[in-house]
Amino acid sequence: MRLERLEVVEFRNHDGAAVEFPAGVSVLVGPNGAGKTNLLEAIGYLATLGSHRVGQDAALIRAGAASAVIRAAVQRAGRRLLVDVELRPGSGVRGRVNGAPVPRARDLLGVVRATVFAPEDLGLVRGDPEERRRFLDTLATQRLPRYHSSRQDYDRVLRQRNTLLRSAAGRLPASALATLEVWDEKLAMAGAEIWSERLRLVAALTPRVELAYQRLAGRDDLVEIAYVSSVAGTVGLDPDPAKLAQALRERLVADRSREVERGITLSGPHRDDLALALRDLPARTHASHGEAWSLALALRLGSHRLLAEEGEEPVLLMDDVFAELDRQRRDRVAEAALAAEQTIVTAAVPEELPGELNAAVFHVEPGSVQLSAGP
Amino acid sequence: MYEGPVQDLIDELGRLPGIGPKSAQRLAFHILKVETVDAERLARAITEVKARVHFCRVCWNVAEGDLCRICKDTRRDPSLVCVVEEPRDLVAIERTQEFRGRYHVLGGAISPIEGIGPDDLRIRELLSRLEPDAIREVILATNPNIEGEATAMYLARLLNPLGVRVTRIASGLPVGGDLEYADEVTLGRAFAGRREMPV
Ligand SMILES: Nc1ncnc2c1ncn2[C@@H]1O[C@H](COP(=O)(O)OP(=O)(O)OP(=O)(O)O)[C@@H](O)[C@H]1O
Ligand SMILES: [Mg+2]
Ligand SMILES: [Zn+2]
Repeated sequence: MRLERLEVVEFRNHDGAAVEFPAGVSVLVGPNGAGKTNLLEAIGYLATLGSHRVGQDAALIRAGAASAVIRAAVQRAGRRLLVDVELRPGSGVRGRVNGAPVPRARDLLGVVRATVFAPEDLGLVRGDPEERRRFLDTLATQRLPRYHSSRQDYDRVLRQRNTLLRSAAGRLPASALATLEVWDEKLAMAGAEIWSERLRLVAALTPRVELAYQRLAGRDDLVEIAYVSSVAGTVGLDPDPAKLAQALRERLVADRSREVERGITLSGPHRDDLALALRDLPARTHASHGEAWSLALALRLGSHRLLAEEGEEPVLLMDDVFAELDRQRRDRVAEAALAAEQTIVTAAVPEELPGELNAAVFHVEPGSVQLSAGP
Repeated sequence: MYEGPVQDLIDELGRLPGIGPKSAQRLAFHILKVETVDAERLARAITEVKARVHFCRVCWNVAEGDLCRICKDTRRDPSLVCVVEEPRDLVAIERTQEFRGRYHVLGGAISPIEGIGPDDLRIRELLSRLEPDAIREVILATNPNIEGEATAMYLARLLNPLGVRVTRIASGLPVGGDLEYADEVTLGRAFAGRREMPV
């Protein structure tokens, strides 16, 4: 997939700005606060219907404006598609494809495909399990759009079950037990779908992330990625949903009195994690800053390869990627950027850009993006 | 806080489902502004519905007398009972003209978040119909969302040991949707393709 044109209106610090992107590598340069990341954020928003930086859309609308618009023209499988979304605080998102409104905003998912790497991704290595679960869920949705509704179903069942457990206040009357058993079953079924899809995803992702890391590092460092289930640990499991549902079911029965006592669901995909290790040491606690950064980047580059091999290649977006890396790793990132069909990177200091990066350079200011040098 | 009657109206409206304090206030001031005849017509509609319309003593559908139109109709098969959440779902199924049995309206679905458990639904009333009506089949037509599915599973587990056939209307209905908004064709097809309810 190729992003030919991006236009934003009243988005973040841009009252209105438009860019025509070439194939290959484009670099957005400009001083701190110019609005470079904001442009990548806008592209990422079209791909995921969310910001990679904030949970609430309100921050994306320019201060004082009533709504923001993101518009893009993409070329995929020989077809040109126009996509736009309008963000209004409180009333959600309205989307259109080729001018025709889509019934639900999530029908837009999959039209624009993007891989976003941003400094926040350091949290994938250093942060809480929640960030790694979100990484897996977002990627799973990009591979399989119905994963999104499976995840929503699971969250809903979980909330219902937790409310029931809490209302039991430590003691479960016989009448509530029959209801709990129904929620157990629903949780096992919905949970198994999520669990299964994540296991398949991790299996497909692992070799690609390992390769991406070794390329960045320039040596054959051992990279380990393991899905850690709150039910079964890291045992290599058969991703058959029926078997996983059975494992989850058994765990719920075994934990019943503890869960009733604590008023909360103690295991399930909402408690799972992704363990990352470099040379046999847990990356979260042992990796150096540059190594953690490289591993986070490798997770994104590996995802990018996976999506590219399974369907339309996404646009590769990398925010401030060069800032934290040594010279050799910068050159390796440049290679990855050049290998993708289309890459857009940002840099506050153009001198950080590796010399071999053959790129179109755009100068960014609030409300304006100017091409300053061709590739 | 407003003067007595205005605040009373706001409080009453605020008790309606889906109406928050802000909407209650907006509705109250709307009512204050409309012509007296219009306000009186609204008040009368509310009084009348409470005075004249009741719930059917058998199936809990809305009824003008003791029994609803469907329970009164002797051509309908009493041994087939379709369980729905609300009277509006019954109306939606009636539109398909697919079903010639009778109904049972639960009055909602199991939802701990909303504080609704099995005892808050008309499940006991359903059980007490099984024998006198010689019910052969119970068709579960709760909404195809999380709460509707959970309610269907609860009922299936309850009814199965009692020797009645329990079926669930086929899905293929839009996920996350409400039965009342489904179009006739989709709902009709779902009805025709009902299956055994797994427990
Ligand atoms: N909703 C908004 N309305 C107006 N301005 C905003 C809004 N959100 C963010 N900004 C402004 O946008 C600027 C940040 O833009 P952005 O993050 O894109 O900068 P950048 O060019 O990536 O800078 P850096 O090089 O520091 O990363 C800040 O000055 C911020 O005040
Ligand atoms: Mg930035
Ligand atoms: Zn009746």
